[in-house]
Amino acid sequence: MPLSNYILLSAVMFSIGAVGVMLRRNTIVVFMCIEIMLNAVNLSFVTFSKLHNDISGQVGVFFVMVVAAAEAAVGLAIMISVFRSILSVETTDSSELKL
Amino acid sequence: MISELVVFEPKLAHIVLSPLIGSILAFLIGKKFKAMAGWIASAAALIAFAITVGLFQKLSHGSIFEYKLFQWMSVGDFAVDFTFRFDALTAVMCLVITGVGSLIHLYSISYMSEDESKHRFFSYLNLFLFSMLLLVLGGNLLILFIGWEGVGLCSYLLIGFWFKNLSYAAAGKKAFVVNRIGDAGFLLAIFLISQYFGTIDFIALETKIQGFTDPTLIVPILTTIAFCLFIGATGKSAQIPLFVWLPDAMAGPTPVSALIHAATMVTAGVYMMARCSFIFDLAPYAMSVVVIIAALTAFVAGTIAIAQNDIKKVLAYSTVSQLGFMFLAAGSGAYWVAIFHVITHAFFKACLFLGAGSVIHGCHHEQDMRHMGGLAKKMPITFLTYLVSTLAIAGVAPLSGYWSKHAILAALEQNPNPYLASMLNIIVIMASITAVITAFYMTRSVAMTFLGEYKGHAHPHESPLLMTLPLVVLAGLASVAGYYGGDLAHFLESVLPVNGAHFHLEDIKSALLHSWPAFLGMGVALIVYTQLKELPNKIFNMFRPIGKLLQNKYYLDEIYGFVIVRPLEGMANLLWTKVDQSVVDGAVNGTAAIVDMSGEAVRSFQTGQVRTYMVFMFVGMVVIFGLYLAL
Repeated sequence: MPLSNYILLSAVMFSIGAVGVMLRRNTIVVFMCIEIMLNAVNLSFVTFSKLHNDISGQVGVFFVMVVAAAEAAVGLAIMISVFRSILSVETTDSSELKL
Repeated sequence: MISELVVFEPKLAHIVLSPLIGSILAFLIGKKFKAMAGWIASAAALIAFAITVGLFQKLSHGSIFEYKLFQWMSVGDFAVDFTFRFDALTAVMCLVITGVGSLIHLYSISYMSEDESKHRFFSYLNLFLFSMLLLVLGGNLLILFIGWEGVGLCSYLLIGFWFKNLSYAAAGKKAFVVNRIGDAGFLLAIFLISQYFGTIDFIALETKIQGFTDPTLIVPILTTIAFCLFIGATGKSAQIPLFVWLPDAMAGPTPVSALIHAATMVTAGVYMMARCSFIFDLAPYAMSVVVIIAALTAFVAGTIAIAQNDIKKVLAYSTVSQLGFMFLAAGSGAYWVAIFHVITHAFFKACLFLGAGSVIHGCHHEQDMRHMGGLAKKMPITFLTYLVSTLAIAGVAPLSGYWSKHAILAALEQNPNPYLASMLNIIVIMASITAVITAFYMTRSVAMTFLGEYKGHAHPHESPLLMTLPLVVLAGLASVAGYYGGDLAHFLESVLPVNGAHFHLEDIKSALLHSWPAFLGMGVALIVYTQLKELPNKIFNMFRPIGKLLQNKYYLDEIYGFVIVRPLEGMANLLWTKVDQSVVDGAVNGTAAIVDMSGEAVRSFQTGQVRTYMVFMFVGMVVIFGLYLAL
């Protein structure tokens, strides 16, 4: 299977994630979309690592996964806290910073 | 002449410090205990006087006391020390300043007894003494300049002492601004001296200038310096064209007029010229200008004094006129004669001003002589002392004014200045006419104030002892001071070049004969103002233009207003409305407006919706990557 298929899949996943982040209002879905984008990037990392025969791309993947885990923990905590105060996880409902 | 004997003497600092401490104490203690302020200030003045007398007695012929407080600054080869120096000239000036100053302090205790802010008055008065002593004790031009500015400041503070009256405050401001113009000239002179001679210490400077083998080489630069110094003198000592502030300065309390605007501060210019005599002597061209300006000032001010009705204004113009006489002497190279007239003038003019103050006090703040008259019987001591001083200033032998004025005219006649040769006769005649005019207007003021019938509505009464005592002392000094002219000349020999007139005491008969100009002026004034009372008005109506001209002071204030003040105000207005309000303010407000507008435009991006921000982020990212790929 040619490597371009992997890149293509990665691009499709990233686009789906990006569109989801921009269009969905539920914060949890937005969150999931971000995860999709991160995994798309991971996939491209691994692909290019294989292509160039360079292990550092795969090391990068571990970093991304660590960051994603941390982000999920912090993000869910923030979401719970937001839900407690405004009883909603819709992004449209938390617009306090607007002038 | 440079003296060899320089003696270390720390007491010089005490002379200066005494009034400074007095000033602070008078303010702090006087604020709480009003009655104390005057006594504290007087004590400080008297202490300074006592120290001065002690030093004066110790001063042997040709010696100099010196006290270096600290080195003030040192830049490369140029160094300035904070040095006090006490030579014969300084001794004489210090005696006059502290002596007359003490008397006026005592007088003020009574004169200002009902004033609310006495502590402020006496504090300023002592501060003035401090500055004036700094001026005469300073061993270099910079310390002299500190004193020079200090007395200007005190003068401003005291003219505007009753600052709630706006015209008084304006008079103070006028004095300050006009003095500043002269000060600029003085500063330029100091800069020039330090640039060309590398020192501003008087003794070092004199040595340096006399050390030039060919003095003609430095004459041009010395002439420039002398001109600049004289500009400073015209400001402080009220000469044409800067004399306009002095008559307005009469807004201050009368003791202030006596001390600052008659006896001491206004003579600072004369002192400065005597102190820098080694510069002026090598600048004959500048000296000729000094003489011409002085003669014009004496004449112009004398004629204005004839037409004034305010008793203090008459004395003010008389002071300007007498200062002109002092500069006539100084400009003729007879510096000691100028100092002689400074001293005699300090006595009789202080006495006249204090007498006028006594009259004003007795008549309940009436200053217009047309509402006075007949006060001789009601205020006998004031009248007698005023009369003696009038005779002295008019130049009646054997009172002091005769001797000093006579010496001035003698010095003027022998003026060797080649630049003046053609005009000397005219100047001598002008000075002589001014002498007659002096006698005339002073007798006029005596006649209008003290003789005839009382025309006012108050109940005039003699002033208390504390006011009459200084009057008597000053009148006494004014009568006998002339006899010490010879001693003074001898005493000042070590400091000042004794060119110009030599002083000799004539016998009383020839002296009386020589005082005919005084008798002429006084006789005419007496007849006109006591017998032919209608005559002045008739003459005034006959020569209406001239009368008006004199009454309005040659319209000088109006001319200055038109030529200088109005254009300045116009320019300031232009700068204010056009440059400041439209350009400067426009730039500032424009910047703010741009920020405001861009903020308004950008704030629409801030929707508060996370999704919008994400869209912006992705669009931005796409644009950046697009650009990256395209280039």
